[in-house]
Amino acid sequence: MQRLDVLKTYKLLIGGAYERSESGRYLPLRDKKGGLVANIAWASRKDLRNAVVAARGAQSGWAGRSAYNRGQILYRIAEMMEGRKTQFVAERMREGATAKAAEADVAAAIDLWVHYAGWCDKYQQVFSAVNPVSSAHFNFSVPEPTGVVGVLADAAAPLQALAASLAPVIASGNTVVWVGPAAIGASALTFGEVLGTSDLPAGVVNLLVSERAELRPHLAGHMDVNAVVAVGADDAERKQLQLDAVRNLKRLTFWEGPAADPYRILALTETKTTWHPVGF
Amino acid sequence: MADRTYPDFSRIVPIDTVGVEERVARLNTRSIKKSSKVQALKLALSMLDLTTLEGMDSPGKVRQLCRKAVQPIAGRDDLPRVAAVCVYPPFVKLAKQELRGTGVNVASVATAFPSGHAPLPEKLDEVRRCVDDGADEIDMVISRGEFLRGEYAFTFDEVAAVKEACGPAHLKVILETGELHTLELVRKASDISMAAGADFIKTSTGKVTPSATQPVTLVMLEAIRDHYYATGRMVGMKPAGGIRDAKTALRYLVMVKETLGAAWLHPDWFRFGASVLANDILMQIVKQETGVYTSLDYFSKD
Repeated sequence: MQRLDVLKTYKLLIGGAYERSESGRYLPLRDKKGGLVANIAWASRKDLRNAVVAARGAQSGWAGRSAYNRGQILYRIAEMMEGRKTQFVAERMREGATAKAAEADVAAAIDLWVHYAGWCDKYQQVFSAVNPVSSAHFNFSVPEPTGVVGVLADAAAPLQALAASLAPVIASGNTVVWVGPAAIGASALTFGEVLGTSDLPAGVVNLLVSERAELRPHLAGHMDVNAVVAVGADDAERKQLQLDAVRNLKRLTFWEGPAADPYRILALTETKTTWHPVGF
Repeated sequence: MADRTYPDFSRIVPIDTVGVEERVARLNTRSIKKSSKVQALKLALSMLDLTTLEGMDSPGKVRQLCRKAVQPIAGRDDLPRVAAVCVYPPFVKLAKQELRGTGVNVASVATAFPSGHAPLPEKLDEVRRCVDDGADEIDMVISRGEFLRGEYAFTFDEVAAVKEACGPAHLKVILETGELHTLELVRKASDISMAAGADFIKTSTGKVTPSATQPVTLVMLEAIRDHYYATGRMVGMKPAGGIRDAKTALRYLVMVKETLGAAWLHPDWFRFGASVLANDILMQIVKQETGVYTSLDYFSKD
């Protein structure tokens, strides 16, 4: 007797819980022959709303962790990915990647997590400054996390893209609502399972799979989102984002492809300058 | 005091817990959209007892809460004011002074809130003092220890005595359902309180978990309905504590409408005891107006 395959439903990660979409919608994932491999939950506007609430709730606690501890947790994510390497490679191949490309993507992604883990307790020293002022003050500037950040991802090199769009955002103490396309939904949501076992507090990273154009205006217009990162946005989309984001003057950042770059951490921080009286 | 007619304390109204939960779940599937939603949100806002019951309460905090009660969003006159401000007895005078002429009532907790552990004469003194200071409404707690011991006559006498001490002020009786263990006991406490003269019955102090839940509220609403059928007297309902978002508040309104009818959908007959709920309702109203989700950053913290 032939065994029936058990098909997996890929679920969104919202507030530390793995959830189907509130809307009940899903997208089928098919192999090359058109056979059904899995169903992927398809996030709606209300899932986005819930994810922002979860991210806001987790933000102060995450930013309040010691920088060293955040580094440990980011490194732990790399460790957990390493343990699931073969699963990620298989999943990427099912999404259409070649074995070679899949292996390269997974390895590079793990290295990116290690890279940003190292920056967690170092970026402040690099980007802080003691400023010369012509009064009796000790004047210094330090970067602090922006708050809740929305990320609009594209489909290229997904695991590296995930690492390069999540790690620099959460390294400083921001929390994230990540929105990615269905083409990489399976690997992104499997990555969500890695986060569930990496000591990352619930709500710090929220993963949604949906149509970019459907959720973009709601993310950009949301008054409780402090910044939006758009990966691979064309000119028309950039303009639209600027229009949607104007109401609370959100910080807009545009990134192309994955990169190991500490300036990505800086892009999602606010500079706090303190005037401390001296000489009394 | 001697010529009170007691209700039949041996009567137990059986409650089907599974049935109550099913009924609540069914009512929760009701969807309210667009203009009805905005109307319901504004109604919920007008039913709020804006509450601050902390050990660290200060005159400044009470003053701020009173301003918010009159004008929930600073600078906007088009939103309804809330029903009442609920404070500890030392702040009644101040709240009354701040709210004079605004139509917002002052409610005071009394009778050794939240535990209720004090001799009856002291409780009555406290109630009289609050009413003298200008409280329009008194939120009393029943002595749960006596009630759970089966001293139902004690509970009845206690409520009746406090009602007498209230004079013109309205009396809300807090059952503290989180300590009553079964829905039968919730029903019994509701029946005794209403028979003893309660103008409102209220679920919780907010100091005990669980506080207000929908099944408990439904049981109390049904008690109110049966009391109305038996005596023709309308009694109000106030769930308090644990109602944190507008969505849940609207679900309570659906329960009220379906159990008691539209007559109870009025601040005179239904209240929410809450503090964080206010901002969530305001955020939802602004969301309906502007079309974008809003942030707590733009509302006063209290």
